[in-house]
Amino acid sequence: MSKFKKKKSGDMPAVNTASLPDIVFMLLFFFMVATVMRQNTLMIDNNLPFADQVEKLDKKDLVMYIYAGKPSSNYKSTYGTEARIQLNDKFAEVNEIPAFIAAERASKREELIPFLTTALKVDSDANMGLITDIKQELRKVNALKINYTTKKGNALQGLKK
Amino acid sequence: MAKRSAPEVNAGSMADIAFLLLIFFLVTTTIETDSGLNRKLPPIDDTEQEDVIIKEKNIFQLNVNRNNDLFLKTGGEEKVIQIKDLRNAAVTFLDNGGGTGPDACKRCQGKKNPRSSDNFDKAIISLQNDRATKYETYIAVQNEIIAAYNELRNREFQKSFPNLELNFVEAEKRYSDPRTPSAEKAKLKDKLEEIKILIPQKFSEAEPKKSN
Repeated sequence: MSKFKKKKSGDMPAVNTASLPDIVFMLLFFFMVATVMRQNTLMIDNNLPFADQVEKLDKKDLVMYIYAGKPSSNYKSTYGTEARIQLNDKFAEVNEIPAFIAAERASKREELIPFLTTALKVDSDANMGLITDIKQELRKVNALKINYTTKKGNALQGLKK
Repeated sequence: MAKRSAPEVNAGSMADIAFLLLIFFLVTTTIETDSGLNRKLPPIDDTEQEDVIIKEKNIFQLNVNRNNDLFLKTGGEEKVIQIKDLRNAAVTFLDNGGGTGPDACKRCQGKKNPRSSDNFDKAIISLQNDRATKYETYIAVQNEIIAAYNELRNREFQKSFPNLELNFVEAEKRYSDPRTPSAEKAKLKDKLEEIKILIPQKFSEAEPKKSN
């Protein structure tokens, strides 16, 4: 009897975890490389629409970001629920856009200014009125290259009809 | 005197430290989207402009109302259209080639309907929004119109340069890729320009209407 028991309780070899740090480090390096630290803290809901005819925005340093959307839940009590513009880290009015563009242009080298693109990161639920006002302001300061930032996907999937 | 072996460093907690860092980066990572639809705004021109007369058959007039419904007015008829049908309608319109004489379109493959557009160069797509139109709808419409242009440009690019084994969109992507050698870029540039001149994106946006 005891013979059998002994065989059953024969100790299992421990799993060798010596390579575990290597695996974890590999993952760690991947995420370190892939991470882009956010420059702006978003104070608005920013659920981008989908489109499939997208082009990539290269040269991140030549892009100016304008965010728009409904204030996120923390700010609803102060700023209401109507879609608003966010420039850098604060809410802004439409007429502050020219100053923002001028500041962005001043921070870039002069020869790069014609290549500056304005990326509009606008929530899908925003109204076109706001976008039109933004575009009008951009036209006034001659910032004509724009990019409607979208997620990659079928453009029709979000629509109700 | 005697050779003493250095004591081994205990690496047992290395995994823990690495895990800690890994979790930090996992939490802080946001994969930023950096792609979208590139467009160019028209410059503000204060000088008096002469009114250009455009034949009605050359205009593909889209109107999106506040309920995100799409109205299409072209070739003398007006109708409500679904967004999913828009791409085909736009391709049919652009590719019609109904022109005769100097306006004839050699490369159009459409039905040559005399009530629709003359040629690629004459065809104009115009879009008007309401201020209460949803941004999502607007992007979908833009996307479909760009898709229609891209479809035709792809076809003509492949017809003009069959030995490249690229279509227009792929060629443009290669052109804007910084890793592409500059000799190839110079070659691509001319070809892309040729197609862009053949099928120009004549897309105009009217100022939106106020809805009260």
